[in-house]
Amino acid sequence: MKNEEINIQRLPKTSERNGMKRRDFFKILGGGIIILFQPWGILDLFAGTAEQRRSLPEDYNAFLRIAEDGTVSCFTGKIEMGQGIITSLPQMMADELNVPLESIKMIMGDTDLCPWDAGTWGSLTTRAFGPYMRAAAAEAKGVLFELASEKLGVPIAQLEANNGIISDTKDSMKSVTYAQLAKGQRIERFLDVKPTVEDYTEFNYVTKSYKHSDAEAKVTGEAKFTGDLKLPGMVFARILRPPSHSAKLTSVDVSEAEKIKGVEVVRDGDFVAVLHENRDRADEAIVKIKAEYSFNELPVNNKTIFESMLKADSVVRVIKSSGDLEKGNQLSEKIFESEFYDPYIAHAPIETHTALAQLVGDKMTVWAGTQSPFGLQDTIVGELGFPREKVRVITPFVGGGFGGKSPSQQGVEAAKLAKLTGKPVMVVWTRDEEFFYDHFHPAGVIKVKSGIDKSGMIKLWDYHIYYSGTRGSETTYDVQNAVTTSYSQNREAPSVHQFSTGAWRAPNNNTNTFARESQIDIMASAAGVDPLEFRLNNLKDENIIGCLKAVADKFGYVAGKTPSGRGIGIACGADAGSWVAQIAEVKVDKNTGKVEVVRIACAQYMGLCVNPQGATIQMEGCITMGLGYALTEELVFEGGNIIDRGFDSYQIPRFSWLPKIDTVILDRKDQPPQGVGEPAIIAVGAVIANAIFDATGARLYRLPFTPARVLEALKKV
Amino acid sequence: MEETISFQLNGKKTEVLIDTSQTLLWVLRNHFGLTGTKYGCGMGFCGSCTVLIDDEPVRSCMLPVGDIADKKVVTIEGLARNGKLHPVQKAFVEHDALQCGYCTPGMIMNATGLLLKNPSPSKQEIKEGMEDNLCRCGAHVRIVEAVHTASKEMKGGK
Repeated sequence: MKNEEINIQRLPKTSERNGMKRRDFFKILGGGIIILFQPWGILDLFAGTAEQRRSLPEDYNAFLRIAEDGTVSCFTGKIEMGQGIITSLPQMMADELNVPLESIKMIMGDTDLCPWDAGTWGSLTTRAFGPYMRAAAAEAKGVLFELASEKLGVPIAQLEANNGIISDTKDSMKSVTYAQLAKGQRIERFLDVKPTVEDYTEFNYVTKSYKHSDAEAKVTGEAKFTGDLKLPGMVFARILRPPSHSAKLTSVDVSEAEKIKGVEVVRDGDFVAVLHENRDRADEAIVKIKAEYSFNELPVNNKTIFESMLKADSVVRVIKSSGDLEKGNQLSEKIFESEFYDPYIAHAPIETHTALAQLVGDKMTVWAGTQSPFGLQDTIVGELGFPREKVRVITPFVGGGFGGKSPSQQGVEAAKLAKLTGKPVMVVWTRDEEFFYDHFHPAGVIKVKSGIDKSGMIKLWDYHIYYSGTRGSETTYDVQNAVTTSYSQNREAPSVHQFSTGAWRAPNNNTNTFARESQIDIMASAAGVDPLEFRLNNLKDENIIGCLKAVADKFGYVAGKTPSGRGIGIACGADAGSWVAQIAEVKVDKNTGKVEVVRIACAQYMGLCVNPQGATIQMEGCITMGLGYALTEELVFEGGNIIDRGFDSYQIPRFSWLPKIDTVILDRKDQPPQGVGEPAIIAVGAVIANAIFDATGARLYRLPFTPARVLEALKKV
Repeated sequence: MEETISFQLNGKKTEVLIDTSQTLLWVLRNHFGLTGTKYGCGMGFCGSCTVLIDDEPVRSCMLPVGDIADKKVVTIEGLARNGKLHPVQKAFVEHDALQCGYCTPGMIMNATGLLLKNPSPSKQEIKEGMEDNLCRCGAHVRIVEAVHTASKEMKGGK
């Protein structure tokens, strides 16, 4: 990899603004060769918001260290939550540095040690962090070559590196290991250049399949998640929670809780917690608190939310516009108008939000299951008044995130309690708390008006998004007269959402792909054209066309007009730089309305595929998880009260739902790698809806496709 | 109330003076440091706290520790022998049958219990036997394959 200079202002190595000294990495890490980088120059790639930019630490961060024993440590603010970067990042680094894969140690999500990072989301690790990590490795290799040249008395151009050894290409007896070169060194280099990736063809590790490198630790129970940590004198906390998001505490009586031996009650305004060295006693104490609340519920629930969204006084923005809708109208022979509905859904990771906080002297250390350790650090600084350098967030393994652990309120709660009591405090949210405080996938309504001409070409696309977000709303298809309009919260108006919403695996794209691909299917059927052919006729993008052809081949697709009775559906879309196409086969029980997904085939174009095994697992995971939002997941709520608070009523995918899953990776070794953790989930709702239509002629406009909704739709056939 | 109970924990005779109304889950985690057994829901719905009691998979989050007196408890830490992974653990690694790994110990313990009862289950029987263990990452297809592979290896070892 080569680095290309960009215009980055050379920043002072010590911040002049806040007097905070740059971290002394030799003191923290020991000797060797350390490559540092300054986050200011690469904000574009980290997609930080303006708010995050203001809070950026004015400090250099270590990126990689070659220790005096030759081991390589890779520092990343990214975290491991099952997406497999603990395996794929070392593959990339090992190739760039020419070292054995085993010699790389990952240090992840530690705000004292790792480069600043907004958070692990958006399938950005490989495509955005990857190039910088590779640039750091290239920089380190440059240093090693300089040292080797000096030591061996051989010009740099005459040297080559293999397996952590630099040798003379003309005399292989002349060689030196990275460990020998790093020994006794204290070299710091600053990466102030923007890398451009030039060569994706010569790899030893990248493009080969590797199993999860953390698998053995995870099957033996040795892998440490936050809740598995224990400190001397540690207590478990349970926090008093309101029954509804609209509730305000009016009175509280803790006397019964205090009677339990060993319980400490902590109160700070409306924040009330009980602490005990045993979790079960804290559980017992919290329910003994008598609390009264006042409520201010709006009369809205999971059934009426869509109506209130359509009626709300919204901020209306045209986010994309091409051609002329009136012209599109005139060119269309048939016009189709549809409304699609998507409910709130929960992240429901199996590890609930967990944090452990300890105050030693004036330094607060918080271990947390979070997707955003630096974000949590900022929140603790903001809410508890610690200077930034006095707050360290460390991220052990994270037990699933899916976007739900970007907000990390539990970390602030633990820190607050540690500050108030001086004790190390463990906060493990109950499943009830996990549901209640989730930042749910937002509900939304999509209205589409589209038209086709006599030959089945799409001439009109008028697309309206109410409250569910715009990611994935690109038309994908080649339509000249197309407008996309977004309706979102007006700050002057009452809040449409009654609780927090946020990013849920491929945020917004599940909703948009469901609506778009259903509408495409409606038009294909009305045109009397096979749905694959209809799509291919209306697409120009070679990547998506490639995915559709590949998935048709994998599935053994036979063309036919819908509804054919076969129960076969198609859907496609783009997300996180990747393209996906899926074909599903379903069986629908017309008496009960129950849908059985028999198989799903998925083709994904992802540029260079770093770890095909890891990518396949992500695709399988996306498809399996997607069955939930397609078939059962819908949050039941009444005003600010979350009714679904457990796995008894909120059903996530189970073993008996499993379809046969086939995956194809369209690998392009000459292209930069793209996102893999999310894209394959976007089409699952649409592909099943289209398969149900093909099976029965019943069109489903509302997620999820519960038996009751299928029966209802069947009545209209 | 504190009392002394004795039981077998991962093959070792164990005696402990403890508040017996605590749940087995938190005693394992907090008293014995056996943190492989995970808290997932506290109500027996997710299975991440599954351990074997007298060879039966049981959800430790619902069980008062007093109830295990004189019984045989095996946790994920007790499966490997002499540093050698149990066939179910080995098969999970081989098939890469996990992502975040949080539900994994519960999955493995439940699968081990399943294979003790039915040493050669069909894939359908594996799905039925694993039905009430939840995984949010979507590792299910690989878990079924892993349990199937383990069943074959365990029979081969007989």
